[in-house]
Amino acid sequence: MEKRIGLETSIAVAEAVGLCDADVVAAYPITPQTHIVEHLSELVADGKLEAAFVPVESEHSAMSVCCGTAATGARTFTATSSQGLALMHEIVFIASAMRLPIVMTVANRALSAPISIWNDHSDIMAERDVGWVQIFAENAQEALDLTIWAFRLAEDRRVSLPVMVNFDGFILTHTIEPVLMPDREMVQAFLPPFQPLQRLDVDNPITMGPVGIPDIYPETRYAHQQVLAAAYGPITETLEEFARHFGRSYYPVETYRADDAEILLVTMGALGQTAMEVVDARRRRGEKVGLVRLRLWRPFPFAALARVLDGARVVGVIDRAVSVGGPVGPVASEIKAAGYGASRQPPIMNFIVGLGGRDVPTDDFELMFDRLGQVAAGGRVGEPVFVGLRE
Amino acid sequence: MAARLQEGSNVFVSRLLPRDNWFVSGHRACQGCGEALAVRMIHQVLGRNTMVASATGCMEIISSSYPDTAWSIPWIHVAFENAAAVASGVETGLRMLMQKGKIPSRRITVVGMAGDGGTADIGLQALSGALERGHDMIYVCYDNEAYMNTGIQRSSSTPYGASTTTSPAGRQSIGQQTWKKNLPMIAAAHGVPYVATVNPSYPMDLVRKVERARSIRGPKYLHVYACCPTGWRLAPELAVAIGRLAVQTGVFPMYEIVDGVLRMTVQPEKLRPLKDYLKPQGRFRHLDDDTIARMEQRLHQEYQKLLRREGLQL
Ligand SMILES: Cc1ncc(C[n+]2csc(CCOP(=O)(O)OP(=O)(O)O)c2C)c(N)n1
Ligand code: SF4
Ligand SMILES: [Mg+2]
Repeated sequence: MEKRIGLETSIAVAEAVGLCDADVVAAYPITPQTHIVEHLSELVADGKLEAAFVPVESEHSAMSVCCGTAATGARTFTATSSQGLALMHEIVFIASAMRLPIVMTVANRALSAPISIWNDHSDIMAERDVGWVQIFAENAQEALDLTIWAFRLAEDRRVSLPVMVNFDGFILTHTIEPVLMPDREMVQAFLPPFQPLQRLDVDNPITMGPVGIPDIYPETRYAHQQVLAAAYGPITETLEEFARHFGRSYYPVETYRADDAEILLVTMGALGQTAMEVVDARRRRGEKVGLVRLRLWRPFPFAALARVLDGARVVGVIDRAVSVGGPVGPVASEIKAAGYGASRQPPIMNFIVGLGGRDVPTDDFELMFDRLGQVAAGGRVGEPVFVGLRE
Repeated sequence: MAARLQEGSNVFVSRLLPRDNWFVSGHRACQGCGEALAVRMIHQVLGRNTMVASATGCMEIISSSYPDTAWSIPWIHVAFENAAAVASGVETGLRMLMQKGKIPSRRITVVGMAGDGGTADIGLQALSGALERGHDMIYVCYDNEAYMNTGIQRSSSTPYGASTTTSPAGRQSIGQQTWKKNLPMIAAAHGVPYVATVNPSYPMDLVRKVERARSIRGPKYLHVYACCPTGWRLAPELAVAIGRLAVQTGVFPMYEIVDGVLRMTVQPEKLRPLKDYLKPQGRFRHLDDDTIARMEQRLHQEYQKLLRREGLQL
């Protein structure tokens, strides 16, 4: 049975971890992730969740503790943001290479300097190549649902990889929204007990995390690449299964009024919600505009994205981070690379918006669609555009 | 006195330790490696119901070159500075899985192990966190007094005057210019139930301390004297002798701190001259008599300070 309640998104995520009966939560506080771990420690303190809450002394140790607990076969959760994610970076890489199915919520936030507690995607873009499954939620319900799903996918024996669920700091973490909260039975029916492929066990001793000499190292990287790419199948399968259990469907790439659209805008994260309003307004004016919401960031959904972009006259890609000195927008760069060499690739225009919590009002979307309209009419794509930049 | 007598009778050592070996031969440690010797002995005492979280460093590199392993107990390596955190995780995971009936309940000894670099420098924060949180585990620091795995660079546990590749003796330098960080006392300051210094050249003492550490609940810290013939420029056949000289000269005092009370466990009647200890080691070869005298003076001060604290609540 599901109950409809109003909840702050962070609390909804923490409740989801509780419903999943996590065995261990190890985390270090950082704004805007704090409410998640505070609520989890409350659940543990009140005896509502039978788990160990490990109040570590840093994010580096948070991920290290998670590696240790997951290696014993314990269902393990952590959450972080920005500087915390950057600090744990070293161990984030190792967790996936060791195939430890940890679930981590990342409340996306800008990176220093200057220090900023507000939302953008610089933190997660710096973790692009860590070998985790990386997915984005756009609202409270999605954050709750994808957290439950993340355990299911991570622990799937075909995958056995850690999963990051991203959601935008403050914009989502601190907002109250109505959600449908499933009960424990429903979650249990969807999420079987964790049966690790391998675990530390005195009756069956194994050596985990050995030295990889040149004779073996490339094979381990290849295997990691293969398993993450191949996780795409289990991802769509388990999302479908989620839909069967809970009635809510999620896909690696989702679209909004995109079928006959000539102008497409690609977003990742909470901005998709505002973008949909602007699309509606433009549609009312008869413009053929649509939205593509990139939900799955790793493994990158090459084929699904190519299918939806095919036929557009121009594509705008929103980036919430800057690859400084490089291609500027990491998401746009990825999409361009993915389509390079295809029989036809629509022109791709890159917009950089909402850095460090700068508000992205509907006007900004209007501006972006205007610019895309000019390109559709034969204008030049030009350099990436920093929207709303003060002169 | 009995203990001291037995310490002299090395002939019984091999019979003293349990036969089963969990850190087996075939690993790639150098000849005379004191770290490898101590690792083997400690795990002979701890036995099969033990899990190890190891830091990066010599002991990890020499024991786990895939697809080979020297470990016949569960062993995990994650990174350099986080052995204490990974061990915290292993302990927590096992505890919760047992509590929730997901694995059979039994006593498993969780060990975190690292070198002096992985403990005194880059891993100090993780160690402090783990000790403070009170995990039921034994943390073992194998102190060979430098970063040996990366080529004998100094650590904060390198003794004064030692020449290393980043504290080389030269015309303007006597080598390491700082006094060795006192790790066991830092561990003890966390108020943990058991801290001990351990030396594989004193196997009786080692066995007793490791057994004691295993029997106590909560965080335990063992600081192990681990000679490194390669890094110390010491003849490998002197590996055991140098450990005894370290104790006889007062360089490596042997004690344990149980619930905050310090007790010396091996105590020479009279300290031998420091020179006896320094002489066989190439890393100290450049030191002149004045410097050695200064070092010895400080050494004796420190030693006396320790003796005065015996029996006191620290
Ligand atoms: C974050 C990080 N920094 C540096 C290194 C390089 N490194 C590996 S082992 C090591 C020194 C190990 O010294 P110690 O802990 O004393 O162990 P030993 O090899 O002497 O037994 C260093 C500097 C690393 N692996 N990771
Ligand atoms: S370098 Fe030193 S510590 Fe490392 S294996 Fe050789 S002797 Fe042992
Ligand atoms: Mg060392």
